[in-house]
Amino acid sequence: MKNLLRYIITRIFLTIPMLFFLLTLVFIILRIMPGDPVSAMLGAHAPESVIEQKKEELGLNKPIGAQYIDYLNQLIHFDLGDSMIFKQKVIVPIKEKLPATVELTVFGMLFTLVFGVFLGAYAASKRRTGRDFSIRLYANVVYCIPVYWMGLMLQLVFGVWLGWLPISGRVSPRILVSTFENTGFYTIDTLLSGDLHAFIDVMIHLILPSVTLGIVLSGIFVRLTRANMLDVLRSEYILAARARGIPERRVVYKHALKNAFIPILTMMGLQFALLLAGAILTEMTFSWPGMGRLLMERIYLRDYPTIQGVIVVFALFVSLVSLLVDIIYAIIDPRVKY
Amino acid sequence: MKETILELKNVHIHYPISIGTVRAVEDVSFSLYKGEALGLVGESGCGKSTLGLSFLKLIRPPGRVEKGEILYKGRDLLKMSEGEVRRLRGQDIAMVFQNPLTSLDPLFKIRDQFLETIKYHRGDIPRDEAIKMIEDILEKLGIERKRMNEYPHQLSGGMRQRIMIGLGLIMDPDILIADEPTTSLDVIVEAGFIDLLNRLRKKFNLTIVLITHNLGLVAEIADRVVVMYGGRVMEIASSEDIFGNPLHPYTKGLINCIPNIELEQEKLVTMPGNPPDLVNPPRGCRFEPRCPVAMEICREKTPDLIDYEGRKIACWLYRG
Repeated sequence: MKNLLRYIITRIFLTIPMLFFLLTLVFIILRIMPGDPVSAMLGAHAPESVIEQKKEELGLNKPIGAQYIDYLNQLIHFDLGDSMIFKQKVIVPIKEKLPATVELTVFGMLFTLVFGVFLGAYAASKRRTGRDFSIRLYANVVYCIPVYWMGLMLQLVFGVWLGWLPISGRVSPRILVSTFENTGFYTIDTLLSGDLHAFIDVMIHLILPSVTLGIVLSGIFVRLTRANMLDVLRSEYILAARARGIPERRVVYKHALKNAFIPILTMMGLQFALLLAGAILTEMTFSWPGMGRLLMERIYLRDYPTIQGVIVVFALFVSLVSLLVDIIYAIIDPRVKY
Repeated sequence: MKETILELKNVHIHYPISIGTVRAVEDVSFSLYKGEALGLVGESGCGKSTLGLSFLKLIRPPGRVEKGEILYKGRDLLKMSEGEVRRLRGQDIAMVFQNPLTSLDPLFKIRDQFLETIKYHRGDIPRDEAIKMIEDILEKLGIERKRMNEYPHQLSGGMRQRIMIGLGLIMDPDILIADEPTTSLDVIVEAGFIDLLNRLRKKFNLTIVLITHNLGLVAEIADRVVVMYGGRVMEIASSEDIFGNPLHPYTKGLINCIPNIELEQEKLVTMPGNPPDLVNPPRGCRFEPRCPVAMEICREKTPDLIDYEGRKIACWLYRG
């Protein structure tokens, strides 16, 4: 346990150079990219003097090196800076949008895990049957579908044609968010305030976006789980468990799946970055007021500090998940020692 | 009168593969008597392990028992439902596998692997009583009871082998099938294993099937020996007859290959040739291509297993 703690602390310190490297890269790319916040704000026909004045106000007239040092100086003091477009701290919109993205990705991941892993395990246990082939076909098709197209199709079918599910937003307009808003995680907030009606509304809004995200990612998990399961099912301890008279269902879903789950967990950590990328597109499709939409909006406006801030938060999110994966690792596999 | 506990009648086991069918076991018939230790010997790939798995109906698909009957106490295993066979596994017929290092699930504590075995056969046994059973069997195997709270990787190979046997014996089965039980153990642990098996045999009134290519192990444990070659039975005889007076040319060859430290042999004796291709086996006797005394008829016709001077043998030499 003490070793695990030491490992966690080491990992946290290791994220610092990673963040530094990433930010430097983003900082440079943003400034090389055509366009800047001032022309985005004032348009192409603003007089030269106004543009110069605005640039000075934002500190954009300084050499890039100096700007970079200023920015790092802010960061060391845990300050993400001010937006260049709006009169607000960068942290303000991030605080507001982050819970929406966390809810979306967590439910998307849960769906992928439960659905993808279960389907993969089932396909492996029914190897070379019609069901196995159908599941493999599903996995390949789903893996090729772009996430926004999948989103549009689900909106069309379940939102427009069938009219079962809402196709945009986190909550119905008739429900007043201010009556329960607290942490920003609507699923938790509605439960805390005991407003069951609002909770159900929030969950219904979560279904289509998180299923869209989950389905697209489930393809790779189906394939990975199936391959690992086939490997594990060939191992001697599975044969030995069968020979002891352990029922097939337990052999497959308890012994084999638990062993096959270890590489799946690794994959989960790796795929999380992809999931965030998918979340950005999903948020656009479903008008989901999260970090992805914030990022897209601010890229159009060339709001450098906010873009950098969002990227920092995404990077922290990914490293937090991979740290969690490592901890779960140690819990599942008794052979793993840190 | 010896009581038959398991009987094989004309068992054929085939594995379909892309280039044809592997005839892993062909026309094997023999009986297993209550309380005896039977050695099933032959070279690698002669079908002995496949045969062992068929006693538990655990042949890996697409392989299957093509023909024949496997009668346990008179009932055909192959006709039983999956649920019935499952209850038989571990409870009536138990199996210990080749490699103790890979035969235990690495993610489950020893205790839990025992507990689930008990639970799925005797759900009526309360947990504390089940723990008592585990402590009991560990003591008989010479393992401290506290070790049951450990994971397989925390135990030595010899200990894991004993745990495997414990898992096999926990439900007090009638038959224990041991498939190459000592292949991955060093000689000292192997000696301990032989001693243990002989003791357990008396204590549990076990019937043992020992599947191995290790003739030394067979000599130490088995009462009777079935010699297999190329998926067929070549000879069945008592241990003394097999080692003292082998009749079948293949059995003779096998016995000759045992290195003897006292004879000061210069060279290790081997049998020339390779085991037969089981997809396209020889038309006549399987052993004919390697047999030093092969005759014309051996190439043409497969000899049946016949009674000969109190033993059974499949060879044209002993036909009239």
